[in-house]
Amino acid sequence: MSDAVLPDGVERREIDGERRLATRGEPVYGEPTADGWRAWDPERSKLGGMLELGLETGLSGGETVLYLGAASGTTVSHVADFAGPTYAVEFAPRPARDLLDAAAPRDRLFPLLKDARKPETYAHVVEADVDAIVQDVATRGQAEVAVRNAQFLAEDGRLLLAIKARSEDVTADPDAVFEGALDRLREAYEVLETRRLDRYHEDHLGVVATPR
Amino acid sequence: MTDTDADAGWFSPLAAEEAGRDATDAARDRIAEDEADRPLDWSRRAVEAGFADSTDEYYDRLKDATTRATREAVRERERADDAQLIHAVRAMDDSERVANELAERAVEWAGSLFDDVDSGIDGAREVAAREPESEVERRAVSLAARAAELDDERAALAETIARVAPAVAPNLAEMAGPELAARLIALAGGLEPLAKKPSGTVQVLGAEDALFAHLSGRAPSPKHGIIYTHEYVRGTRPEDRGSAARALAGKLTLAARADHYAGERRAQLHDDLRERMATIRARADDDGSDAPGAGDE
Repeated sequence: MSDAVLPDGVERREIDGERRLATRGEPVYGEPTADGWRAWDPERSKLGGMLELGLETGLSGGETVLYLGAASGTTVSHVADFAGPTYAVEFAPRPARDLLDAAAPRDRLFPLLKDARKPETYAHVVEADVDAIVQDVATRGQAEVAVRNAQFLAEDGRLLLAIKARSEDVTADPDAVFEGALDRLREAYEVLETRRLDRYHEDHLGVVATPR
Repeated sequence: MTDTDADAGWFSPLAAEEAGRDATDAARDRIAEDEADRPLDWSRRAVEAGFADSTDEYYDRLKDATTRATREAVRERERADDAQLIHAVRAMDDSERVANELAERAVEWAGSLFDDVDSGIDGAREVAAREPESEVERRAVSLAARAAELDDERAALAETIARVAPAVAPNLAEMAGPELAARLIALAGGLEPLAKKPSGTVQVLGAEDALFAHLSGRAPSPKHGIIYTHEYVRGTRPEDRGSAARALAGKLTLAARADHYAGERRAQLHDDLRERMATIRARADDDGSDAPGAGDE
C-alpha cells in the first residue's frame, strides 16, 4: 500500500529474511546488505521512518536535495543513493568526519561543515531551487531553521522535516511544542501533512510542507 | 554583466583565473570562508562563466572542493585544544576588566573637556567618535578609542570561544554553553583535570573562597560556584537551587568525561539532565498549587 509513495531507487527488499526498505550503494554504518542493496533502518533514520509510515514525501528519485543535520551520514547516504545532487550540511566536526567517509564513494554527495542556522555561510555553494530540503537538526528552534532555509527550495519543492519535541522544551507537552513549531513554520510554508513518528522515534513529528 | 559580490558563487572569482595547481586550494578556501546573500543557479552560472564545460564537470569540481574544504575544516576544528580555550577565556576576562577601567578613566577625563559624556564603554565609544581640537582632547579621545577597541577584542574573543569550545568539548559546551564550559575547563586547569574531578568539586568550582571559609568553620557550605551563571541554577527558585546545582554538576562532570575520553556527542546525557531539571522545577508548581493563597507564577 505504501509502496506507491516510495521514490525510484528505494525498494522493499528481502534482507536477512525480512522485507526492508533499501537503497543501492556502498554500505556506510554496518547495515545489512543483499545483492548490492543496503537496508535502510527506519529506527535510525527519521526520513526512513517517514517513508515506512507512508507519508507523501513527493520524492520520486533523482531530485536535488539539501540535507540539514546530516550528522554521520546515515540517512543522507541513503538519500544520495536515490537522489541527484545532494548537499549535506553538518555543524559538528566529529560526526562530519564520518560523513566524509559516507560521502567519499558518492560522487554527487557534497559534504559541508556549516551551521544550518546560518544559510548565508553556504548560499554561495548550495544552489537555488532544490527539489527537497530534508531537515533533522536536534537543536532548539527547529522551525526557525526550516524558515531560514526556505530560500533554497523551489516553488513546488518539499520540506521533509522531523521535529524533536525534546530539543525544543523537555518540560512541555510534545503536542504543544509541535503546535508552536508548526505555527512558526506556516510563516514560510504550507504544511501538507504531519504524522507522529513514535513507532520509530519517540516524541518526533514528521512534517511535509511546501513553500507558501 | 558582472556579478555583484553578493551574487557571487564559490567559483566566481576562480572562473576568470587560469586553472592551475593553486586553483584547487583557492576553491577550498572559498567554500570554507565565503558567504552569499542568497542561493542562485550556481551550476548554470558556473558553466556560463566558463568555470566548467558542463554541469557534470561543475558537480565533479564541486565534489572535489567541498570534500577538501570539509576535511580540512574538520581537522582544524578537532585540533583546537583545551589550552587554547583557557588562554582565550582568560584573555577575554582581562580585556573586559581593562576595557572597563580604561573607559572609566577616559570618560572621566572627557567629562572635563566635553559636555554630555555618558559613563562606561558606551560613553567611551561616543567620545572616541569626536573630533579632537587640542593636544589634550586628542589624548582623551585616543584613550577612549583604545577602550572601545579593547571591548571589540573582548567581543571577538567571545566569538572565538563560541566556536572553539564545541570542538574541544562538544557535550560540555552544549550543556553549559561555550563560555561557562571554557570557564570550567580554565578553573580546573584543563579538560582532563576537569574530567577527573568528582561532581561535588565541579559544583563549587569558582567558589573557592566560600569553600575555604566553610572548611575553616566560618560559613555554610557553598551550594554552587561558577555554575551559578547557568540558567538551570539561576533560574530555579532559591529553595531548589541546591538540588539544581547538584544535578547540573553531576551531568557536567559526565559531559566532561564523555568529551575527554570519547569525544562524541551523547544525546542521552542532555535528555537526562533536561528531565531531571523538569522534575526539580515541577516542585515549585506543586508547592504553588498546594499552598493556600499562593499565586500561580
